[in-house]
Amino acid sequence: MNEDPLWQIFLNSCLVNNFVLAYFLGICPFLGVSAKLGTASRMGGAVTFVMVVSSMCAFGINALLTAMDAPYLKLISFIAVIASTVQLVEMFIKKMSPALFRALGIFLPLITTNCAILGVALFQTNKGYGFLQSLVFAVGAGAGFTLALILMAGLREKLELARPPEMVKGAALAMILAGLLSICFMGFAGLGN
Amino acid sequence: MTNIDQKHPTGTDEFLKGIWKQNPVFVQVLGMCPVLAVTNTAVNALAMGLATAFVLVMSNLVVSSVRQIVPKQVRIVSFIMIIATFVTVVDYLIQAISLDLHKALGAFISLIVVNCLILGRAEAFASKNGLGRSFLDGLGMGTGFTLGLLCLGGVREILGSGSLFGVSLFGSSFQPWVVMVLPPGGFFTLAGWLLFFNWRAQAKARSETSNVKETLA
Repeated sequence: MNEDPLWQIFLNSCLVNNFVLAYFLGICPFLGVSAKLGTASRMGGAVTFVMVVSSMCAFGINALLTAMDAPYLKLISFIAVIASTVQLVEMFIKKMSPALFRALGIFLPLITTNCAILGVALFQTNKGYGFLQSLVFAVGAGAGFTLALILMAGLREKLELARPPEMVKGAALAMILAGLLSICFMGFAGLGN
Repeated sequence: MTNIDQKHPTGTDEFLKGIWKQNPVFVQVLGMCPVLAVTNTAVNALAMGLATAFVLVMSNLVVSSVRQIVPKQVRIVSFIMIIATFVTVVDYLIQAISLDLHKALGAFISLIVVNCLILGRAEAFASKNGLGRSFLDGLGMGTGFTLGLLCLGGVREILGSGSLFGVSLFGSSFQPWVVMVLPPGGFFTLAGWLLFFNWRAQAKARSETSNVKETLA
């Protein structure tokens, strides 16, 4: 059992070990949906929601599988839970806000293959967090992901006005930006353990 | 490649396209998470590349052989289940071969499941093509992915710790460039490689246009 205090888990997962900029999880949506500020923040919200729900389910499944003594089924059952949660969120968003549904497009079903979500489920079991700790960990990771996405979107909106050389345009420029952001987040390293 | 070639590509073409023309790392920019996360040394990069290539080939084979049985609506879920099975196999395999390596790669072995490259190949290629072709496609893409990882891992290890595959290159006077083995280094190295390939493509395009101009004049 892990004894870390809750505030430390939150700070760690949100800033110090930011899922995008320190663990490189969820890079695809990070590069794909970060062109517009509005879309980026809503995407962050959707990912955070799926993270929290699947983290709670993963906690239950892990307890069940440990009781059944079948740890080799962990990965398969985690991914099944995440896929169904995403399906649920997709139906919910389609009903509540068709505009947002269109804006997110292909990236909504792709949340299933977002490594950050499976990452939360895997890390929390590896670290042996309890239920409340898992919940805080998932919220922190989601907040960190949203923060990184929004920062990146802000930078990219400004860059629309700049004129980079032809060969830097596209993925290379996004990578350089992400690297600079990642250096900034290294400044948080002293906060945690 | 001309249109005729695309309709009937030979087996060699299917294999080679993954290595060069459609290299998953540098051209398609797919499956970036492991590319950036575990390439701080060349050994880690090689192990990760081989593990991914194995899962890719096996899942391509199975997906291709069940493609007529699986109904369209549930195909993505079934593909992910197939992939997850092979990832579990690889996870236990690496644990059996080298515990140190397993510790270094950590959760990223399990995270092969959500590598967009594998699901992408299953959906875009293996679910539409025969067994042999899918095998070659998986092998080519896997090799291309491993090469891409090695390119990154090599550069990061040489600059960040002054060694390659654990062998010291420069002697004790070398001042390691620590940022390259830390997370930002991953982003910068990938950006560097992408810049290099963009520059090459541009230089090629420019020489072609100048050739056309010369023949016209």
